[in-house]
Amino acid sequence: MTRARTGTRHRPARGGLRGWGGVTGMAVACVITASLTLLPLSRHDGRTAGADTVGGGTAAAFPARAEACTDPEASLPPSSADGPGIAKIKARGKLVAGVDQNSFRWGYRNPYSGELEGFDIDLVRALAKDILGDPNAVIFRAIPTNQRIAALERDRVDVIVRTMTINCKRLEQVSFSTAYFRTGQQILAPKDSAITGYDGSLKGKRVCSGEGTTAYEALEKESYGAIFKDESDGTERDRDQLTVPNQLDCLVRLQLGEVDAVLTDNALGAGQAAQDPAVALKGAGPFTTEYYGVAAKKGADDLVARVNKVLVDYRAGGADSAWMVSYRKWLAAGLPGITAPPAPKYRSE
Amino acid sequence: MTQLPQGGPQTQRAPEQAPAPIGLPAQRPSTWAVQSRRLRAAATTEPGRLQIIGAVLALLVLAFGAVTALEISHRSAAADDVVGRSQPLSADAANIYRSLADADTMAAGGFLAGAQEPKAVQDQYRKDIEEAARLLVKASANTDASTSSWQEITTLNELLPVYTGLIERARANNRQGLPLGGAYLRYANQKMTNELLPAAERLYAAETGRLDRDSADARQWPFLSLAAGIVVLGALVWMQRRNYRRTNRVFNHGLLVATAAASVVLLWLAVGHTVARTELRSAMTQGQESLDVLNNARINSLKARANENLTLVARGAVLTADGSADQYETDYTTGMKALKAQLKQAGQLADDRSGSAPVAEAARSVTEWQERHRKARATDDRGDYDGALKQIIGAEDSTGQSFQQVDTALRKALAHEQGEFTSAAEDGRGALRGLPTGAAALAVLGAVAAILGVNRRLSEYR
Repeated sequence: MTRARTGTRHRPARGGLRGWGGVTGMAVACVITASLTLLPLSRHDGRTAGADTVGGGTAAAFPARAEACTDPEASLPPSSADGPGIAKIKARGKLVAGVDQNSFRWGYRNPYSGELEGFDIDLVRALAKDILGDPNAVIFRAIPTNQRIAALERDRVDVIVRTMTINCKRLEQVSFSTAYFRTGQQILAPKDSAITGYDGSLKGKRVCSGEGTTAYEALEKESYGAIFKDESDGTERDRDQLTVPNQLDCLVRLQLGEVDAVLTDNALGAGQAAQDPAVALKGAGPFTTEYYGVAAKKGADDLVARVNKVLVDYRAGGADSAWMVSYRKWLAAGLPGITAPPAPKYRSE
Repeated sequence: MTQLPQGGPQTQRAPEQAPAPIGLPAQRPSTWAVQSRRLRAAATTEPGRLQIIGAVLALLVLAFGAVTALEISHRSAAADDVVGRSQPLSADAANIYRSLADADTMAAGGFLAGAQEPKAVQDQYRKDIEEAARLLVKASANTDASTSSWQEITTLNELLPVYTGLIERARANNRQGLPLGGAYLRYANQKMTNELLPAAERLYAAETGRLDRDSADARQWPFLSLAAGIVVLGALVWMQRRNYRRTNRVFNHGLLVATAAASVVLLWLAVGHTVARTELRSAMTQGQESLDVLNNARINSLKARANENLTLVARGAVLTADGSADQYETDYTTGMKALKAQLKQAGQLADDRSGSAPVAEAARSVTEWQERHRKARATDDRGDYDGALKQIIGAEDSTGQSFQQVDTALRKALAHEQGEFTSAAEDGRGALRGLPTGAAALAVLGAVAAILGVNRRLSEYR
């Protein structure tokens, strides 16, 4: 998920981070990141969830400048060698995973079974099975979107498997596995709506997005004449009509006729469409490209390499791979047409 | 008076019959003039003076009686309003407020229990909505369309079906196992917290304000009556002193009876109203103030409980404005803090053991609730959602149980304070009962006695 919350509901001035200063900063940060993977990492002082800020996803727009982070999806080569990270999990006997429980088909609590289930949850169980030999040796922790990085830094969880988009900005604070899902922003609207996608058909329409998400940033950049801001956004009087705390709240507004369309990751949009047969993702496909990865604490290289190894196994097997089985079980209905997982990329050092 | 000299010629001209339209208005001042001349003539003789004095005394006593009857009727009507209308309406408004908050708490609690809500929770939710709807109808029947209360009642009537609609959508989605149900529940809670409950709170404040005004009206000193009473007594004493000086007789039975009647009315008035005042004041200070604090405490406990439930429903989906904490957990903490402060205040206001015992019990349960809540949060943070759920909505040793204990204790305390209020206010109203009629009857008696007394003196001249 591409939610990149700022510490507050305050929106950074448009373009602030997209200036050269921001780009240079990112470039420097990525250089540091790359070099730090070779060193045991001391904690980044003053880094909290609030630093999990917007703009990271845009780094790819400036590849020439940000040379050290041209390819945030490239991760460590897979390995099953034990290290301090793995040893800690083995000593505990449980893998502690930060997940979502509000995202249908990804991570949500089934009210009948009381169990968490979804594509992300399947992946967590595969990790536990590989590391501890038992897919149920997991402690699931529901982690709010903007607490994902803080939860890792404070050792509250071993891994975050929670529709988390890999980007350069976040790579300053956490380590990512190889990509396990490809997604992007897409418009969701009622099937019979005149809205055809992220284009001129949005003119004058009310579009809902999550507060502080990349979807909101995209609208700020180009809204095609859509209405997407609440009158008193960011204040106590914010009525949460067009910008909402959680992407799922957008579907509530859409069903109640308070908004005309929703902009979110198509992976999550598909989860919304799966809950309401009257809505569908609009347009040919997502207009951005983003990848989800498993996040671990910065410097937990043995764990990241292990996750990458599990992902290799998870992807293997063609149409019968564990990845494809899980995809067909949870996502195929809402996101049809995916024939294979995204190919992993590895750093060459 | 300027026509005085014309008196003679006019009567002589009478047979000529001047045109009627002109003659008639001209005659009225002359009648007045005749009257006033007669009065002046009478005032020069002692019997005449006595006649005038008798009439004035009788009128004064009657006026005193009338003023007292009127003023006390007004006070008494205000006291009636306090007991029979404004306090019940204020209590009803508090109940509307409470029912709405309780319904929201039940909805969230039932949701946590899974796809099939427990029957007791479902029933309680239905009862709350029914009660709120019923009390709204009652309140609107007792409210003028021009008042702010009317505005709030309209708002609540409009929003209640919107709220229940959202809850039904939440239930329908939850039954299908969709997380969208949780999103609807949060949206319903947002409507309740941001729109319905504030309107209910304003309605309660408006009704309580009306109660304050009615009570103040009833307690206002009857200044006119008291002043009239003093003037009447003064006049009667003066007349008796005058008699004594002129005739050397100490007692005039008629005047004595008139004085006695006026004194009784004045005394009754002063004592009766003082008692009413005191009782009504104590109804307000000992009853209503406690009721107000306890009502607010109860509503805060309900809000805190709803937020505690929603923390488990939302699981971090909604954060505070600065993004640092869970919104519902923060709201829970704020609510509990307010609840504790209000219980402390209620404990100070309680004036006897049967009033303070349930408040102390509620405070103990609140402490236990907070402890259990901390444990449940820790369990949840360890990743044991089911364990935390049990600690929140389980039947035993759960925060839900503590909440029920708080609610029961507060209900007991509210019933006690309501009793205190009603008995004191009824005593106050009772102290004024019969005073208007009594004052009128005694005034007539006094007036008759004054005339008889003066006549007795007058007869000596015939």
